[in-house]
Amino acid sequence: MFLINCPYCGERDQSEFSCGGEAHIIRPKQPTELSDDQWAEYLFMRKNIKGVQFERWNHAHGCRKWFNMVRDTSNDKIHAVYKMGEKPPVE
Amino acid sequence: MTKYRVNKTKYIDQTKTVSFNFDGKSYHGFEGDTLASALLSNGVHLVGRSFKYHRPRGIMSCGSEEPNAICQIHEDTDLTEPNVRATEIELYEGLKASSQNCWPSVNFDIGGINNFISQFIPAGFYYKTFMWPKSFWKKIYEPLIRMSAGLGKSPTKPDPELYDHKHVHCDVLIIGGGISGIIASKIAAKNNLKTILIEDKNILGGSTIYQKNENYKINNNYSSEWLDQEIAELKKLDNLTIKTRTSLAAYHSYNYLLAKENISDHLPLDKRNVGIRQRLWKIRADKVIVAAGAIERPLVFNNNDRPGIMLSNSVKKYLDFYGVSCGFNNVIFTNNDSAYETAVSLKEKGISVEMIDIRKKSNSKIVKNAEQLGVKINWNSTVVNTFGLRKINSVEIMNLSEDGSNVVGDKNKINCDCLAISGGWTPMVHMHTQSGGKLDFREIDQTFIPNEIDKNHINIGSCNGDFEIEEIINNTNKKVKNFLKVSETEFDNISVLNSKELDKRNIWLLPNFISEGKCKSFIDFQNDSTANDIKLALREGFKSIEHVKRYTTTGMATDQGKLSNMHALGIIADTAGVKIGTLGTTTFRPPFTPLTFGSIVGRSVGNFFDITRKTSIHEWHIQNRAKFENVGQWKRPWYYPINDEGLHNAVQRESKAARDSAGILDASTLGKIDIQGTDASEFLNRVYTNAWSKLGIGKCRYGLMLNEDGMVYDDGVTTRLGENHYLMTTTTGGAANVLSKLEDYLQTEWPELDVYLTSVTDHYSTASICGPNSKKILKKIFPDKDFSDDAFPHMSYQNDKIDEINCRIMRISFTGELSYEINIESKYGKSLWEKCIEAGKEFKITPYGTETMHLLRAEKGFIIVGQDTDGTMTPIDLQMDWIVSKKKYDFIGKRSLYRSDTIREDRKQLVGLLTDDPNEILEEGAQIVSDMSKKPIEMIGHVTSSYFSPNLNKSIALAVVKSGKKMYGQKLIVPMENKNINVTVSDSVFSR
Repeated sequence: MFLINCPYCGERDQSEFSCGGEAHIIRPKQPTELSDDQWAEYLFMRKNIKGVQFERWNHAHGCRKWFNMVRDTSNDKIHAVYKMGEKPPVE
Repeated sequence: MTKYRVNKTKYIDQTKTVSFNFDGKSYHGFEGDTLASALLSNGVHLVGRSFKYHRPRGIMSCGSEEPNAICQIHEDTDLTEPNVRATEIELYEGLKASSQNCWPSVNFDIGGINNFISQFIPAGFYYKTFMWPKSFWKKIYEPLIRMSAGLGKSPTKPDPELYDHKHVHCDVLIIGGGISGIIASKIAAKNNLKTILIEDKNILGGSTIYQKNENYKINNNYSSEWLDQEIAELKKLDNLTIKTRTSLAAYHSYNYLLAKENISDHLPLDKRNVGIRQRLWKIRADKVIVAAGAIERPLVFNNNDRPGIMLSNSVKKYLDFYGVSCGFNNVIFTNNDSAYETAVSLKEKGISVEMIDIRKKSNSKIVKNAEQLGVKINWNSTVVNTFGLRKINSVEIMNLSEDGSNVVGDKNKINCDCLAISGGWTPMVHMHTQSGGKLDFREIDQTFIPNEIDKNHINIGSCNGDFEIEEIINNTNKKVKNFLKVSETEFDNISVLNSKELDKRNIWLLPNFISEGKCKSFIDFQNDSTANDIKLALREGFKSIEHVKRYTTTGMATDQGKLSNMHALGIIADTAGVKIGTLGTTTFRPPFTPLTFGSIVGRSVGNFFDITRKTSIHEWHIQNRAKFENVGQWKRPWYYPINDEGLHNAVQRESKAARDSAGILDASTLGKIDIQGTDASEFLNRVYTNAWSKLGIGKCRYGLMLNEDGMVYDDGVTTRLGENHYLMTTTTGGAANVLSKLEDYLQTEWPELDVYLTSVTDHYSTASICGPNSKKILKKIFPDKDFSDDAFPHMSYQNDKIDEINCRIMRISFTGELSYEINIESKYGKSLWEKCIEAGKEFKITPYGTETMHLLRAEKGFIIVGQDTDGTMTPIDLQMDWIVSKKKYDFIGKRSLYRSDTIREDRKQLVGLLTDDPNEILEEGAQIVSDMSKKPIEMIGHVTSSYFSPNLNKSIALAVVKSGKKMYGQKLIVPMENKNINVTVSDSVFSR
């Protein structure tokens, strides 16, 4: 059970949050101009790596804001939390 | 006093006799006993039969690692509890317990036959045997296995006890109240840290608290006496909460831990009705100090499982703590020094004891002490066999060869009534690994010890691999100081005297002159797996420890292999010729000891299991005898039976009334989302399949929402209340998810849109009045309003007032009938409803529930998302092409509507089904086939909705069928258990 530092509310219990999968997958601006393969790449393909992963999280039972989180899935260490639209940390 | 109670100790109050019953026989123990110590004080060792071979088994340990002495307690069908460890139940007046896994009795058990055919039921027996013939599975194998499987009986009535949850935060949590935990607690609490100490036993002190041996002294006192003083001081500290009878169940990441406190389990039944039975503590700790201790290892040799064979340190605890001697003629079989403490304790009380040691020598102080007391030691020896049917009566020993791989010389028989065994110590690293910690393997004493990288917890004492009191005290002090950033403590200069172990020898599977196949050398006592089973698994090609574990079931019993895992690893490593360290361990998963379901669910039972949502009109529904249906968390009226009318008759009556005159439905549960902002129209354009820009103010429109994969997600009517203001309705069950999805898109994909979403589901109540007379009823409620089609057309809304209260009237319809919905602030919902009923009286207005609503809409072929769709239906599959805009450049899911898979023509498509016999009603969910002759029969679809329509006077059904669109008029078959029903595919709109 993580302790997540919501960028709007501060540290809260994991039970207040829900995970929305891989982050930084941008919905194509012109979907109709994509081939089936390109669209499938956006729609279905997600990394699920053992290691440092960029994820979307929602403070569902709190401020209801979406934000991004960098988490190491091998040991659940949260390396960074940042707002939507902000650039992911470099290292 | 019974003859086995040889010693007076301060932990047993021999003035307070406690009577109890085991397997139908009455016994006496004393206050302070556990069920196990009380049984042993009465000379009872045999307490159960083993799981697979039904071999007689006795009490083996004194703690949570106990594999054999697991009992059924209480007789009542509501209180009875299986798989309780006799070593952990505190004795109370009137306790009733019985052994498990034996019939008719523990002394004579029919299942014992398995022991004689054991050669034919090796590891994997069930997997290998019950594979064929396939037809035997259901009628023969499964009932047979079910009859013989399982441990104990479950209660058959609801649990009458109360359970509780408690959330706490602390600076430091210390797990384990042994010597190291006590030192750590004292340092933490004295340095102004809010500290919690939990201990699973009812008193603090671990195994040091009963250690009275000249060789183990602290500040010139017996270690037990020194610790007693420490505990007395500890209890006075302000910052410290001490929780005894509280065992750690799970250690999750970020120092979130669960601990179960037993509050009334130790009380006689008649004194328990005082409140809560168990409390689950949910602790978030800044720092965690694990002082969980270590568990003694057994030794693996032939017939090592007879009653009377016990762990050596447990024999010592029964003697020094409970005052009970497990035997009068003891043999101790060991590979290490700690067993000599047991020998000294026994000898000092005048009880006979002889040692068998696999080591060639040991010159430590404690061994010398034993020798001086006259204890005979058989060096370089091993037990090769044991005897005694229901209790051990003798052992046979032989000398070991130089390298320990074989036995040499003659057999020598020693009589005994108790065999204490000690194979060294296993640190309890469960907590450390549960928290995500890794382990290192220490060759010298073959132990896994914590590898600490996490900055937020440490391991101290014997769970950290420190076994001798001097290193325990010094390392604990040093580590805790460093961890809590304390510069000096009262433990900095302590003089400790202890015997040091210098000679070590370990043999995982002791050699024998008897051939391997004929030895029964148990590793996992509770699941009856032997060294042979492990070797068989390796021969059959299993390599991973995780696979061997599952194939042989080693370590998979209720004790989770606390005694067996290390030996399994050791034997695998020896057989495969690799080092243990390279094998890794199996995963230690929570809970550390079994938790009751009651403690997990806490108060969330019965009415508190889930939230129940009721509309403001709910009371009226109850007064009018509605039957309710759960829709999500909502209670919705299902139908309103009159007299003893059943569902069918009520629905037929309600449907007829709604079509012929007037019906009224509580539609308050539909999700309602208030949408405002200058980009609200654009937003709707993007989330619905149809166009919204041109919807006039005051107009309503039906919308269909897809997922990005093109599948129908939700639907509902949205009303334009103003230039930049809409009210969206969603399905009852989908409301929360729709709001989340819309918020997601707004925040992450389209943050540039000026749109605000607010859930208003609970804010408004809705009465929906339908039927040819609905307009007349509305006219009575709103006499000044013009309800003509020109003034108030279909799919429009108007504001009005009822008794000065604002309301919205929408002319929209889900039944295909003339229909109006009135929305009003929730607190006026019931009075609005009653007004409608009153106004409708002359038209015999009939309240109807969800079932009638479903029937009425099905007559018109309207879909219900979630009933006629299942996340795999596109609007095209639903024959709703009309609602998908061709002009819009983009909306959620648009691109997916022409993926190669979604344009397939043989997808399942929504159609109507008419039964050849108009009175035959299909079952929802029934499969549909076209050809019964070709085997296997292909199922081409299924029924999604089915009703008898009183208005059409025939049975109607909606179904999804492969290529259904092309099948109109075609005959299909719905095969049921007893008959095949002939149906004809039709349009999904049954009545226009």
